[in-house]
Amino acid sequence: MQKNSWLYRIYDLYYDGFRSMRLGKTLWTIILIKLFIMFAILKVFFFPNFLKEHAHGDEAGYVATELIERGVGSGE
Amino acid sequence: MFSNFILDIDVSTINWSRAQFALTAIYHWLFVPLTLGLAVIMGIIETRYYRTREVFWRDAAKFWQKLFGINFAMGVATGIILEFEFGTNWSNYSWFVGDIFGAPLAIEGILAFFMESTFVAVMYFGWKKVSPGFHLASTWLTGLGATISAWWILVANAWMQNPVGCEFNPDTMRNEMVDFLAVAFSPFAVGKFFHTVISSWIIGAVFCVGVCCWYLMKKREIRLATESLKIGAVVGLIASLGAAFTGHISGQQVAKVQPMKLAAMEALYNGGTGQGLTAVGWVNPFEQPDYEKEASAPLKIDMPYALSIMATDDPHGYVPGINDILNGYTTPDGHVEPSVNEKIKMGQKAISAIAAYRKAKAAKAPEPELASLLSEIQANVKYMGYGYIKDKHDVVPYVPVNFWAFRVMVGLGVVFIVFFAVMIILAFKIPYLSVITRRLLAAFGILPETAADTHTLLGLPAWHYWLAVALIPLAYIASESGWLVAEFGRQPWTIQDMLPTWAAVSDLHSSSVMITFILFLVLFTTMLAVEISILLKQISKGPEYERG
Repeated sequence: MQKNSWLYRIYDLYYDGFRSMRLGKTLWTIILIKLFIMFAILKVFFFPNFLKEHAHGDEAGYVATELIERGVGSGE
Repeated sequence: MFSNFILDIDVSTINWSRAQFALTAIYHWLFVPLTLGLAVIMGIIETRYYRTREVFWRDAAKFWQKLFGINFAMGVATGIILEFEFGTNWSNYSWFVGDIFGAPLAIEGILAFFMESTFVAVMYFGWKKVSPGFHLASTWLTGLGATISAWWILVANAWMQNPVGCEFNPDTMRNEMVDFLAVAFSPFAVGKFFHTVISSWIIGAVFCVGVCCWYLMKKREIRLATESLKIGAVVGLIASLGAAFTGHISGQQVAKVQPMKLAAMEALYNGGTGQGLTAVGWVNPFEQPDYEKEASAPLKIDMPYALSIMATDDPHGYVPGINDILNGYTTPDGHVEPSVNEKIKMGQKAISAIAAYRKAKAAKAPEPELASLLSEIQANVKYMGYGYIKDKHDVVPYVPVNFWAFRVMVGLGVVFIVFFAVMIILAFKIPYLSVITRRLLAAFGILPETAADTHTLLGLPAWHYWLAVALIPLAYIASESGWLVAEFGRQPWTIQDMLPTWAAVSDLHSSSVMITFILFLVLFTTMLAVEISILLKQISKGPEYERG
């Protein structure tokens, strides 16, 4: 790759930047831990897609039943 | 509250889901305003470097960018949790609004990722790699990217408060966007955007001035503190005045589309023309007032005509109170607003028509029958949410929170205007004004006699510096109070007039929501403690000066 090409300069910006980070390393560690907690623990174990689990592919029908049944004086 | 609706949803599921959403949103909002505010400060400081090429300004820019980076990193992805909650706790709502939210949130996600990740990288890694002009542009574009992200989030929020540019489709059970521009540029969204972003600049300014005052008190980083303080104070004063002006515009939008919120903010039980703004009044913070029997809040002293001016730009403008909205009213220009009981009937008609339409569609009923049911739905869907309400009083938000949160926000806003004005007079050599103010402050014992005729920010009494530091948490309280007014004031609606919380919530067991609430409380508290400790450590360490 030519050293004066745009692609190399972008690669060099990120490579050199990440390599010479000091406080940034701590912050990136925190970000990665946070993302792991959010996506690998919270999302997987505590925040399932409620409609996907209960509507069995008919989300509109499920929500319609829910909203009609919860309506006062209607849906009887 | 909420005792009159017919459903088998556990009330505690609604309350825990609301509490969890509020906790997450409040936590997320600790990071966003400082990001938006510090972006302006560091942009101005780097512009000074670009214009003067003085190494001091580059070091100063790097210092504020470091603090910006800590806050930015700690705030990354905290908003995503809100989307998790939409999908799990608020599934009916999530489906119901899906088409409207999809576009703004997708644009926000793409913009946030590409703009911020590109320009943040250039800002931190590019000092020796790109030209000063390109670097400066990247710094400003980092802030602009965050601000544009805020635009789309606020567009989504504004749509919930004022659902426009959409049509309800009973086949898909969703609101479908028919006019993108009406959604993206609704006056409600525009007013909300400017008020929110400009008030966020106050937090950046207060933070900047607070940090500078701490350095001045410690008699270190004198030049950085003095020069940054000047910039922070000017940004702060402009932002405080701007927030007052945009708040007025925002208030007028609320008066138009959410009069109940305005009535709750003002504890206005019975409205009329020529209404005054409550300057002093007492609303018990722990109890919903008896607005049907009380004429007005106790000990109320008005600023004459101010509420009418705020709401309508006319001192004799009509502002409805809580009882007027509940019972229906006619404005002086002849507009007739139906009572809540009439709206309940319309809501019930909408829900019944949706049920009949879906049944007829499944039975392959003839087109004219479907068309007739569709037109009944369209005629009443605006008030569909009232079909879930049995008692008209369920549409009155909790008045004490709105009343006091509004006063905390406005009161602190006035404090910030005075504070920044004084800081500017002390920091800049303004002919006559600086000397007169200093001598006046000295006469009242606020400044020591020795500082009356000298132009310096050093040597002020310690409490002066501590006051500036103490204003940092108060700025957050003011900002969060604004959100309390915006969100508590629209209760019980998740979508104004269309979907109350108890229809929007998923049929979950409350214990599962309670567990995640506690998990979040622990997680958020830990993360906040980590952020504050890193921030304080870096502030204590101070800037790194390079030889230029």
